[in-house]
Amino acid sequence: MKDTLLSNCERDFLLKAIEEKKRLDGRQTYDYRKIKITFGTDYGCCYVDLGKTRVMAQVSCELVAPKENRPNEGIMFFNIELSPLASPIFEQGRQSELSVKLNRQLERCLRNSKCIDTESLCVVSGEKVWQIRVDVHMLNHDGNLMDAASIAAITALCHFRRPDIAVQGEEVTVYSPEERDPIALSIYHMPISVSFSFFQQGTYLLVDPCEREERVMDGLLMIAMNKHREICSVQSSGGIMLLKEQVLRCSKIASVKVSEITELISKALENDKKARKAGGRCGFAESLPQERITALKMDEMPVEVTDVTEQAYDIIQKTKEPPQTVPSPLVPAPGVGQVDQGQQNTWGLEEEEEEREDGVEEEAVMEVEQQKEEESKGNIVEISDSEEEEVIILHPETPDTLHKSSCHQQGSATSKKKHKK
Amino acid sequence: MRRRRSRRRVNACEAGFPNSVEMFSRLKNKVGEVLLPGDEFCFDTDDTISLTESVKAEKVVCGPGLRRSGDRLVVCKSGVLRHKQPNVFWMDAQQKRYVPAKGETVIGIVTTKSGDVFKVDFGGSEQASLSYLAFEGATKRNRPNVQVGDLVFAQFLIANKDMEPELVCIDGSGRANGMGVFGAGGLLFMVSLGLVRRLLAPGSEIMSDLSQLFPCELVVGMNGRLWVKASSIQRTLIVSNLLQSCENMTATQRRELFKRVAQGAL
Repeated sequence: MKDTLLSNCERDFLLKAIEEKKRLDGRQTYDYRKIKITFGTDYGCCYVDLGKTRVMAQVSCELVAPKENRPNEGIMFFNIELSPLASPIFEQGRQSELSVKLNRQLERCLRNSKCIDTESLCVVSGEKVWQIRVDVHMLNHDGNLMDAASIAAITALCHFRRPDIAVQGEEVTVYSPEERDPIALSIYHMPISVSFSFFQQGTYLLVDPCEREERVMDGLLMIAMNKHREICSVQSSGGIMLLKEQVLRCSKIASVKVSEITELISKALENDKKARKAGGRCGFAESLPQERITALKMDEMPVEVTDVTEQAYDIIQKTKEPPQTVPSPLVPAPGVGQVDQGQQNTWGLEEEEEEREDGVEEEAVMEVEQQKEEESKGNIVEISDSEEEEVIILHPETPDTLHKSSCHQQGSATSKKKHKK
Repeated sequence: MRRRRSRRRVNACEAGFPNSVEMFSRLKNKVGEVLLPGDEFCFDTDDTISLTESVKAEKVVCGPGLRRSGDRLVVCKSGVLRHKQPNVFWMDAQQKRYVPAKGETVIGIVTTKSGDVFKVDFGGSEQASLSYLAFEGATKRNRPNVQVGDLVFAQFLIANKDMEPELVCIDGSGRANGMGVFGAGGLLFMVSLGLVRRLLAPGSEIMSDLSQLFPCELVVGMNGRLWVKASSIQRTLIVSNLLQSCENMTATQRRELFKRVAQGAL
């Protein structure tokens, strides 16, 4: 789809407003929009919101043969994806001028500044090195994609952990995250790009242009800098003449902005680290509603089904209405059997009764977590330890009501349970 | 290219159901409630026909967001069910993409001049055509002064899913009636279609609150485009930001904000 034309009215108004030092969203000349950094569940996944602009970066790694001229250096690969998701003006699967420009700028900003120690990515010299791939996806376009992309990319790189490896002679072992903790990349500094747009042949300058401002600007200057005030790249586009003083002033502003953003990134990384250490659900995942695609997954198992229908009907008849407030929001879909894993411990309560009823005894590998729980409860539970818990949920009841209902109908099971309590 | 042409917004379908009296009351019970796509109004067809009561064949007119599927009425947009006397029902939904409907007035941007028609972008899936004769007082000799990039306020003469939409800047009697090319100045911005409908509703609270602030010109297009002009740039920006923030505010929050603006907080 072609870009919708900017009306003369908008153009005139924007230029007039800029002359009066006013911006559409009430910002000052040197203000950035609100930056928000969130992380995904996996390492190396980072979302950056810059006002309404939204960008996602995902880092991944792979073992590949190194380049011939650099046998002991890892490879960095950057890819910027402009999909129609971000704006209808972007086309699918075609390298537009803008995407080439952004890609090139990101490479200059992150690879050519040597902010990442590529030599530490070498596994076997001349044979195997890590290739780090950074995919940046634009999710919404409201101007200044470059700054958002550079923040997302460097934050994702800082957040990323690659698998640990061990080299013994000729043999290279890659350890899974369960075996050995994955290793962070060694990052020397964090280059961040800051964009300046110029209006009226460089008379007026704005930091962090939004989409409409980008459309009326005459020229753009992008300065990538780290917090040590080292310039990593400077790019000017749009063909305007800039004075030496202007560039110097821009670099001064950039140094202030970069130190602010760097602080924000390190704070975000720290928060995420804390959240991960605490073991809770962290980052972006936390802000999303729980979508458990495994909720409907079911391992096949032999179940005796002689009088299940009657029993199920019985249970349904005898149960009370479930209370309005559900204690745990993880209610599986009705009529779903599931192997309960890693949730609140319900051992020794109602589940084994259910199991007796079905007459299923199963020996299976259990999760470490559950085994622990089992050990701690081992002295209370009388039945054999190796019994896999298994729930057949016939109705989305809360555990309480289920418990009651099953008590009703199984005298034998409850009596067994009573004496163990 | 994003195309969403399958559904017209105001293509009302008349659903004459076998026992529409029951359907009518069912719909009426749900007026003002939030419904989701997939909700349906189905009813069991009675085999017995009452001989004593006279069965009136009452028709239900379904507006946007409601569809007939067999003997059921299916909701296909998430929103609030609305009702208008005597028998019109529709879903009040929030969306951003405009689908043209005949007779609605929109703000468009002239993108090309080709021969005797202008192409106008109104934010829909394709551009509309606007004849140069469709302006007040325009003749073959006396052409209107319209440049590429100008804004026009026009209404749809043809809005059909199989045809190119056509705009005109005159009403049925050849009068401009407020339509035409915009003068210089002012700011154009976008809001959601839901907010536009709230602004245009008779006795709109937002409008009355806004009119107490300071004088300004406001043009509201049904396609979600608003044009504002006030005495200064600062004031124009204030109005545009106020209107954009109205989107997600309750009435009390809005009054609070407007009061603060009136006291000169901004």
